[in-house]
Amino acid sequence: MSQTITPAKFDLLSPKREISAKTDENSNNWADFIQETIALTKRLFIQLQRRPSTLIAGIIQPFMWLVLFGALFDNAPNNLFGNDLGYAQFLAPGVIVFTAFSGALNAGLPVMFDREFGFLNRLLVAPLASRFSIVAASTIYIISLAFIQTGVIVGASALLGAGLPGLAGLGAIALIVFLIVLGVTALSLGLAFALPGHIELIAVIFVTNLPLLFASTALAPLSFMAKWLQVIASLNPLTYAIEPIRYLYLNNHWTIKSMVMETPWTSISFTGVILILLAFDAVILFAIQPLLRRRFA
Amino acid sequence: MTIALVIEKLQKSYGTVKAVKNISFQVQTGEIFGILGPNGAGKTTTIRCICTLSQPDAGQIEVGGVSVIDNPRAARRRLGYVAQEVALDKMLTGQELLELQGAIYHIPNKVAKERISELLQLLGLEEYANKKTGTYSGGLRKRLDLAAGLLHQPDVLVLDEPSVGLDIESRFILWDFLRKLKAAGTTVVITSHYLEEIDALADRLAIIDQGEIIATGTPSELKNRVGGDRVTLRIREFSPPDEAEKAKHLLESLPFVEEAIINSAQGNSLNLVVTSQSNPLTQIEQSLAAADLPIFSMAQSRPSLDDVYLAATGRTLMDAELAAAGSRDLKAEQKQAMK
Repeated sequence: MSQTITPAKFDLLSPKREISAKTDENSNNWADFIQETIALTKRLFIQLQRRPSTLIAGIIQPFMWLVLFGALFDNAPNNLFGNDLGYAQFLAPGVIVFTAFSGALNAGLPVMFDREFGFLNRLLVAPLASRFSIVAASTIYIISLAFIQTGVIVGASALLGAGLPGLAGLGAIALIVFLIVLGVTALSLGLAFALPGHIELIAVIFVTNLPLLFASTALAPLSFMAKWLQVIASLNPLTYAIEPIRYLYLNNHWTIKSMVMETPWTSISFTGVILILLAFDAVILFAIQPLLRRRFA
Repeated sequence: MTIALVIEKLQKSYGTVKAVKNISFQVQTGEIFGILGPNGAGKTTTIRCICTLSQPDAGQIEVGGVSVIDNPRAARRRLGYVAQEVALDKMLTGQELLELQGAIYHIPNKVAKERISELLQLLGLEEYANKKTGTYSGGLRKRLDLAAGLLHQPDVLVLDEPSVGLDIESRFILWDFLRKLKAAGTTVVITSHYLEEIDALADRLAIIDQGEIIATGTPSELKNRVGGDRVTLRIREFSPPDEAEKAKHLLESLPFVEEAIINSAQGNSLNLVVTSQSNPLTQIEQSLAAADLPIFSMAQSRPSLDDVYLAATGRTLMDAELAAAGSRDLKAEQKQAMK
């Protein structure tokens, strides 16, 4: 404070002279929710714009997955992954889902840092319509990143010979990516509210991230796996996102009734997979509710 | 006078630590109310309960008649909160931070823009508005945080230790601003462990110690209650202990001297409590001259808030600070603050 504050308009400092429009009675919860969500989302994008390293790394990483993993199995016997199916083609859906999943799993970290630096208190003392606006803002942000990443992976895979799904297929991929990101982002934010600090959150991310990758069909089909792992992979939400995308990649003609996924027990249609992912999201959003409320009314 | 804030039998424990044992006070509309106490006395916990960051274990808090516990959202609209540690997003500019603040208080965009530019002007932040807050100095950060706390024109502005870490000039500017805020009709609640700050600013205050209120009133009421005047005397700039001891014995024998203490931390100066009606300085001067003792400096003053604290707790605020600093679990507190 190096200069004196000029005594300007005093009524500026008076309580509620101009902003009487917003009162307890006439406030519109939905309008409030949208306003706060937009503002919180804008903040995340301003941060990204001024600190684009996350985005750059987020594009380079899946590209490396594709190139390195693709090369790893380059000399695998022909038709190992299915008829006329190269590993690049097989891998692309796994990388799409895993990239979106990783991004979403990390969504809680900025919130945790906000908590540790006290910025979250700024939001918690404000009359937010709902603390789900914090979840919504993060989801919108992560989804946007995931779509950019997915676009790059789809493009790169096409160049690497994986082919390109049709327009409806791309739409279906977007829907699936959205569903997996929503649930995992919400889960990560719930953890950010519940865990003691960022060290613990990073630990959880660490033990979740790669094991969930390996216990899914991202890198290898179910048939390659030990029986017990097949069971785990068939319960892993990532598999429910990967398999339908893989089906879209391999079959130009598909409908919502197509059987897109085989588990040790049953086959599941495209609709079935979407419903399961929706249920996954619903359970998580419901489960984190008390965490968002925790310690504050 | 209407009541802006009521705290009734507030209790809050963290684990086994009773941070707030039993605190009740009322703040009148348009006054500056000070909460004074050493670090760890329960000031911040009280503030966190008022601002809906912590759920009290027992008791009631009402802002403008709205219960903070039963209707937190309505209470939040009426409260402005300036935390002890300024938490700004260093990637945002001041302008962007205030726009975000406006949105989370649901101020219509147009109104918010106007208010932001007026507040930036009022707080002398215009030239920094489009710089990232990561480049701000401590004083600038505090000013921006003040602007954020005031953006939605709260009925009650709550400031937790606002001058910690500020240089003296910034502190005076802050005080000046809070007085203007009061003049404009906003109720201000301010915690501090600086006596001078509360003495200079507060219309009324509560002194908190170990989670309980030990005194409430206006600064002069509290001082009058303690009674007597204070005389600070230095024989020399740094008096030898034996000389100070000699002077002490001599002065204790004077009828109007109630108490004499040697303050070894201040170069063995003498702190005397004298009855208010007497005119002590001349008599002290005479008796010291008679004993061939010089006088380096001598001053008479009314009791300070520290004397009020001393009278109630048997220790000075400084002692309490030092004692508290040793026994505090800062890590646990940091953890608590995150919740």
